[in-house]
Amino acid sequence: MIKEVAIIIVSMVFVNNFVLSKFLGLCPFLGVSQKTSSAIGMGVAVTFVMTLTSAITWIVYNFILLPGDANIIAKVFPSIRELGLIEVLKTISYILVIATLVQLVEMMLRKTVPTLYESLGIYLPLITTNCCVLGVALLNTTDSPKHLGFLQATIQGFGAGIGFTVAMLLMSGIRERLALVNIPQPLRGVPIAFICTGLMALAFFGFSGMVQ
Amino acid sequence: MQSNNALLVSASPHIRDIESIPRIMWAVVLSLIPAGIAGVFTFGYYCLYIVFLSSITAVITEVFILLLRKQPIVSAAKDGSAVVTGILLAYTLPPSVPWYVPVVGSFFAIAIVKHTFGGLGNNIWNPALAARAFLQVAYPAVINSDWRVLTQHGMGKLVHNIAKVDAGGKLVDAVTRATPLAKEAGVETYHFSQLLIGNIPGCIGETSVIALLLGGAYLIYKRYINWYVPVYYIATVFIMVLILPPRIATPWANNPFYHIFAGGLFLGAFFMATDMVTTPLTKRGLVLFAVGTGVLTALIRFYSGYPEGVCYSILLMNTATPLIDRFTKPQLYGDRIKKV
Repeated sequence: MIKEVAIIIVSMVFVNNFVLSKFLGLCPFLGVSQKTSSAIGMGVAVTFVMTLTSAITWIVYNFILLPGDANIIAKVFPSIRELGLIEVLKTISYILVIATLVQLVEMMLRKTVPTLYESLGIYLPLITTNCCVLGVALLNTTDSPKHLGFLQATIQGFGAGIGFTVAMLLMSGIRERLALVNIPQPLRGVPIAFICTGLMALAFFGFSGMVQ
Repeated sequence: MQSNNALLVSASPHIRDIESIPRIMWAVVLSLIPAGIAGVFTFGYYCLYIVFLSSITAVITEVFILLLRKQPIVSAAKDGSAVVTGILLAYTLPPSVPWYVPVVGSFFAIAIVKHTFGGLGNNIWNPALAARAFLQVAYPAVINSDWRVLTQHGMGKLVHNIAKVDAGGKLVDAVTRATPLAKEAGVETYHFSQLLIGNIPGCIGETSVIALLLGGAYLIYKRYINWYVPVYYIATVFIMVLILPPRIATPWANNPFYHIFAGGLFLGAFFMATDMVTTPLTKRGLVLFAVGTGVLTALIRFYSGYPEGVCYSILLMNTATPLIDRFTKPQLYGDRIKKV
């Protein structure tokens, strides 16, 4: 059990890092990584949203969408099984869940850590459309390699969030250092950040194959 | 990047010393020569051609980029840093690579990894290693599987003439990703004297431990590199190999001596993990860097899809270097620790 949890977390943080090996969630990754403090804040917010999203979307998928005995909608509208709307309904219902959670995080941050709320700015509501949150929800509920249990799905979401935070931290350290060096004019700002992301991904290739 | 200004004002103390970037860089080139000679003895003259091609491309790219950036060319191109990058890149390549591989790699190292960050002293990653990782992705067949084993060694024996051998007959680095070391039955094991002298398959500059030690000792004697980075690095790999449960079932899987002498550990420990630019500034940070690199090397060697972890582990710790610097910042004199 502990071994399985450890494997899932290592896999999501290092081997299948959402930012550096799946290239999801690049928008906040490049947008909020200028300063380490706001990078950590963003990482924690995304981790929180990802973990809860994984848990809730797993319930939504397994008890509402997935055809089978547990399907609640099918009890009311028996024809929904034949229509094959699962893939469509997945995206819509997941975004609804994510939007609700992000709203929750936003309210919490505004009341508790107003400075972080200010520094995250537009990127906080944008977690709603952050593709790594939707990505983790969709990947958790595709049964392609194997069907994940509730706990596995939640831990996978948590691990993906930690992986995002680690990538953010490393990137913010690099960008704080880059602020002091003489980068050629046309490459300053976002271009050098993209080059850094590419080279970081190159370094993260070393982990490939570590967890099957 | 100050220009040659007669009215240049700089902060004190004004200590004059003969040490300079060109002096250090050419000393590094000098210290790399023994490993190169060992490589040429083992793999033939073709290696010399690869090393030459790699360094000349590095210098040409350096001049070209400096022209584009409208910066003083002569001094920057003569300081030897591009030559060091070129030689180090060539040393990490298999001896039978086609000519375009070192050329592309050197260009990538200088143009992308070094000059997009502002040139010498500003890069985050070691240019030679980043280029090596890039080549591994760009030409996986050449770097991973297209290795040739040595039937005999001697001067003038072109590697091209030597027959290719399947994955079974190769050493640590010489295994394709698809067939990891674990599943290989009858992987040839080499004697320690062979590992020390270096007449084994491997990359051009990594096989001879003695030659690398010679160069490393010279650099430590000249105080251009610290002794503790290579020592901590190699010691960490040694300990990790002893304690980790291996996923590979070879006779040397848990033999620490085999692990530190085979592969590119000495080349990486003495010449790449000690790079002044891409490693932390303080001693505490450097020790942290070296231990982290050692742990990652052992982990990648044991569990990842790649047989060798030196390149990636150093790149990964390069990535973490700004953070290490941040958390090992020495306390200012008279600055009190804040009580939380």
